Amino acid sequence: MKQFFIRKNLPILATAAVLVLLFGTFSLLFPNFLSLRVIANLFTNNAHVGVIAVGMTFVILSGGIDLSVGSVLGFTTIFVATLINHEVPPVVAIGLALVVGSLFGAGMGAVIQVYQLPPFLVTLAGMFLARGLAFVVSAQSLEIKHGFYAAVIDFGIPLTEQVTLRATSGIFIAVFLAALCLAHFTRFGRNVYAIGGNASSALLMGLPVARTRIWIYTLSGFCAALGGIVFTFQTQSGNATNGLGLELDAIAAVVIGGTLLSGGVGYVAGTMMGVLIYGTILTAISFHGQLDSSWQRIAIGGLLLVFIVIQRLLTRAPAFGRSN
Amino acid sequence: MSNAPASIVSRLAQSRLVWPLAGLALLLLFNLAFDRAFFDLSTRDGNLYGPIITVLRLAVKVMLLAMGMTLVIATGGVDLSVGSVMAIVGALVAFLAERAQLGFPGLLAVGLAAALIVGLFNGALVAYVGIQPIVATLIMMVLGRGVALSITGGMPVRIEDAGVLFLGRGFIAGVPVQIVLVLAVFLLTALACRKTAIGLFVEAVGDNEVASRLSGVNARGIKLLTYIFCAVCAALAALVSIGDVGRVEPDRLGQMLELDAITAVVVGGTVLTGGRFTLTGSLIGALLIQTLTMTLVRQGMPSDVAPVPKALVILAVCLLQSARLRAQLAALFSKSRRAVS
Repeated sequence: MKQFFIRKNLPILATAAVLVLLFGTFSLLFPNFLSLRVIANLFTNNAHVGVIAVGMTFVILSGGIDLSVGSVLGFTTIFVATLINHEVPPVVAIGLALVVGSLFGAGMGAVIQVYQLPPFLVTLAGMFLARGLAFVVSAQSLEIKHGFYAAVIDFGIPLTEQVTLRATSGIFIAVFLAALCLAHFTRFGRNVYAIGGNASSALLMGLPVARTRIWIYTLSGFCAALGGIVFTFQTQSGNATNGLGLELDAIAAVVIGGTLLSGGVGYVAGTMMGVLIYGTILTAISFHGQLDSSWQRIAIGGLLLVFIVIQRLLTRAPAFGRSN
Repeated sequence: MSNAPASIVSRLAQSRLVWPLAGLALLLLFNLAFDRAFFDLSTRDGNLYGPIITVLRLAVKVMLLAMGMTLVIATGGVDLSVGSVMAIVGALVAFLAERAQLGFPGLLAVGLAAALIVGLFNGALVAYVGIQPIVATLIMMVLGRGVALSITGGMPVRIEDAGVLFLGRGFIAGVPVQIVLVLAVFLLTALACRKTAIGLFVEAVGDNEVASRLSGVNARGIKLLTYIFCAVCAALAALVSIGDVGRVEPDRLGQMLELDAITAVVVGGTVLTGGRFTLTGSLIGALLIQTLTMTLVRQGMPSDVAPVPKALVILAVCLLQSARLRAQLAALFSKSRRAVS
């Protein structure tokens, strides 16, 4: 138990405390806030951000960053919508989209690794590329009307008589659990932490740095595409402009979750809490009714500020300062 | 055979400006060959119009942002908040012009003061609290957009102040004011950097912060200064932009422009890890991307697809800077030479 409260774990403990505090405060302020329905909706409404943030966690843990995820989400929605409107079976369309997203991530990872380029720039190029290609597929918004989609949307696991857990939240939770295992119980997960801690040391220890790094970006691309598919379930449509700026929401969720952007320190579970904090603020604003969406950004920005400063005071890592 | 031309050629080949300049020249040559109308200039009421002027005008915002971004990147940082700073300044100016009937000097002062505060905030977080620049400015990026939205209540606001409109739409001696403004900012910045020690200090901090501090440079102060300057550039870009459009949409003003500015700086030859920088390069980088987009749009590419060529330019520039690729190319080249001989 004592070991659990060491400095390294303080950021994630702070995240957990904030989540409980926020949820508690809102429960006192608004009647009906503390209910299973609100909690279930937290997962359903933020499933696309959550799935993407989980993928982003691995990228950030390895000391990198992926700016392309929002655009890949947008591309996936319009790609899937177009295919389904061309009479392609939805399962095939979804499978194709996941493959395309993964390959896109793998390509960026390969360029970053082989040519030793800054992830910021390569994924920035990836972001522009995916957004442009989304408009090449279709500049118009497309509706998705198909029995399969109706079935998935109607599907739910009843928790109580009024509350059901939707398919999208099921996907989010499944991805989260898989990522938890991947990060903490596999060789791949250990390698990710090792690369983020010190890539040169990892290489000298004989870890497969190149292969792991390419897999990390492949995973992020896959999660971005899956996030896109979740988004099509939520909106039943595809649009090339979907997910504009979403990469920054995902990064914010990961950072609020206690993962250090310098790499090597953080937990997938923290990201889950980060997403839930993000969702709790959104829900509270909709409960209040008088506040507009600008307060969401101010609240998220303020929280980010508090977290970063706390983290900074706790860790006092000397080698900050440079961005790459 | 004199030595002078050879030394110019070799100096040019070593200069970082050579690739962006070559790219720009290539585009202009392409237009010269296939699209003569690109170079058409006309005067209406003594004012200049034409595709080239349009390219310049469209690139103005990014050029202004790129000036500040160059110095921030040269210190080894990055500023993601410039788009949100534009939104804050735009919203504030529009709001005060409408509600407080403030005149142009007052609006300008308020806009610049707002930028100063945001720049101070960013700079203090990076230089004194020691937070990574990406994170520190990400905070302001999210927060600032929210502040801008809450100033106007999320509603678009019309701009009617003659001074702001003049900045965006006016002409001085036939040349659009925007272009004159960019040139003025560029010249002032270049003078301040190259004729005083500021430029040297910025490069020293970006190259090796500890070493610069040990040799007596106020590294933290220099960093703070670059973030303030970057925010002020964003304020100018906001004034030009809202003057041109004639209205402020706080949710869209400046959105994603931070990434365009970073792109222009990188394409211009300043590397993201800091150190040596080139303001001229950043201007050329912004122009290169805008000219490429304009050329492709004139050749029939839908303007929505414009991010694709941008992506390819970034990739090309990154790869050109990669030591590994250069080695691969050199190996290929020497192999083929050997095969011939």
